[in-house]
Amino acid sequence: MAATTRSKVGWSVANIVTIVLVLIPLVWIISLSFKTTASITDPTYFPVHWTWSNYSGILTTSTFLRPLLNSIGIGLISTFIAVVLASMAAYAVARLRFPGKQVLIGVSLLIAMFPAIALATPLFNIERILGLFNTWPGLIIPYIATGLPLGIYTLSAFFREIPWELEKAAKVDGATPFQAFVRVIAPLAAPGMVTTAILVFLFCWNEFLLAITLTATTAARTAPAALSFFTGNSQFAVPTGSISAAAVVITIPIIIFVLFFQRRIVAGLTAGAVKG
Amino acid sequence: MTTVTPPVTAQEPATGRRRKAPLSEGARAERRLGWLLCAPAVIVMVAVTAYPIGYAIYLSLERYIMSSPQLTKFVGLSNYGAILSSPFWWHALVVTIIITVVSVGIEFVLGMLLALLMYRTIWGKGGIRTAILIPYGIVTVAAAFSWLYAWTPSTGYLSALFGNAAPLTSTWQAIGVIILAEIWKTTAFMALLLMAGLSLVPEDLLKASKVDGASAWQRFTKVILPLMKPAILVALLFRMLDAFRIFDNIFILTAGNNGTGSVSILTYDNLFIGLNLGLGSALSILILICVAIIAFVFIRGFGAAAPGSSAAR
Repeated sequence: MAATTRSKVGWSVANIVTIVLVLIPLVWIISLSFKTTASITDPTYFPVHWTWSNYSGILTTSTFLRPLLNSIGIGLISTFIAVVLASMAAYAVARLRFPGKQVLIGVSLLIAMFPAIALATPLFNIERILGLFNTWPGLIIPYIATGLPLGIYTLSAFFREIPWELEKAAKVDGATPFQAFVRVIAPLAAPGMVTTAILVFLFCWNEFLLAITLTATTAARTAPAALSFFTGNSQFAVPTGSISAAAVVITIPIIIFVLFFQRRIVAGLTAGAVKG
Repeated sequence: MTTVTPPVTAQEPATGRRRKAPLSEGARAERRLGWLLCAPAVIVMVAVTAYPIGYAIYLSLERYIMSSPQLTKFVGLSNYGAILSSPFWWHALVVTIIITVVSVGIEFVLGMLLALLMYRTIWGKGGIRTAILIPYGIVTVAAAFSWLYAWTPSTGYLSALFGNAAPLTSTWQAIGVIILAEIWKTTAFMALLLMAGLSLVPEDLLKASKVDGASAWQRFTKVILPLMKPAILVALLFRMLDAFRIFDNIFILTAGNNGTGSVSILTYDNLFIGLNLGLGSALSILILICVAIIAFVFIRGFGAAAPGSSAAR
């Protein structure tokens, strides 16, 4: 329906207001990261005195670099394994008939609803006993388990949309099963798997509670957890600048990543909701 | 892929789960493949959740303080008794419920407005989507620090805006700040879920009702809302269960001081600061029960087409 000029202006204003509101805290933390230590106590929104020292400080210390590495490594490994396992299960749910499908979906949703603290408690003791405490596998395994519900749910929504008959059509046209899979099915499944991988990785990167409870040192601690334990350069100064710089470093690349893949992410988040 | 199984003579199926004739070889093979493919995922999920929960129940029945492990002994339900008769628990529960209800309520209204905005907007749809995904993509802890510093007197612009206020040091103001942080972070997600539901409302129905003379408000309440009901319920359910478990924002903003702790924070304190595995486990189980009650009430009370039920699939 044709929109009147007035309603167009109205919506545009609402657009702008929304965007500004969303950006306010983000720009604030960026500006804090550029403030000199002395001017931290100056409550201006934008820095008056700019400095790169906060960044040079954190990017040269292992108390930040190591957790950053941990986040990347643990995130990637957990995502990879979770997506592989979820793909297998989602493929089965979408294409095959077997009893227990509803149970699987129901159980995985149940697990997604678990309070993380309820898991952290026993896992803490179990991992202590098994020697997994404060190690990469000690975080990877719980992350896979808690990322799987998200993965299965999203992927089965995607896989159900794939026209599987195309595979038969390709075979009729003379393709071998392998060719049919690689040429027809894989390209159709790839977007869904990429999207799911992105969502699961975001989940692992963001995870906080298990990260602080199942780790003790920078051996396995991930970036968000390390951030909350920062003590900065001196024991008297509150390391606002350092923490802000660290927060920006772990956030900005992800935001750029999210913006780059925004269509996919929105598709993934709504796939589960609409079809499920 | 479907195979027709000819009715065979009376052969009682082993478990009696099918009252029809036994399956053909092809259907059985399909089943096996299905289970086989699901097995690894199921094994990981169950091993990492079912066993620890069982272990947690066991731990909750013991008095087990990690700093003096030799005094560990079985004490039955006395941990639960201690918790349920403690004002700390009830206060934390009330705080959690308030945060949950208020933030989800506001998020719902704002999310609905955003969904309508994104749906109707001709210009800058990408811009809006971007803006909405930024809170989603930001690490919760990073955003929490942003709010923390914003509200710290003599450092923060928001604190200065309110005359060098220090809301994080007083209980209900701090809770207000926490709720604000929550709303900022997840309204986007709510809006996305609602937008998906909104896109299912047929355009023609809206046009027809407009022709019939319905006002915008009437169109909204009588056409859009009822048709969006399943999506709304899913969004509300997910968000409520999520909000009840709130931890990250509170941990950074106040660490639960001044009576702002949620039930998750209370559990964390008992577990990792008090080193009390027995009490911590009991608290965890209680939280689990609360979450289950919420889910149950929602699904039963509102008759939602629960994800995973046959109605939804």
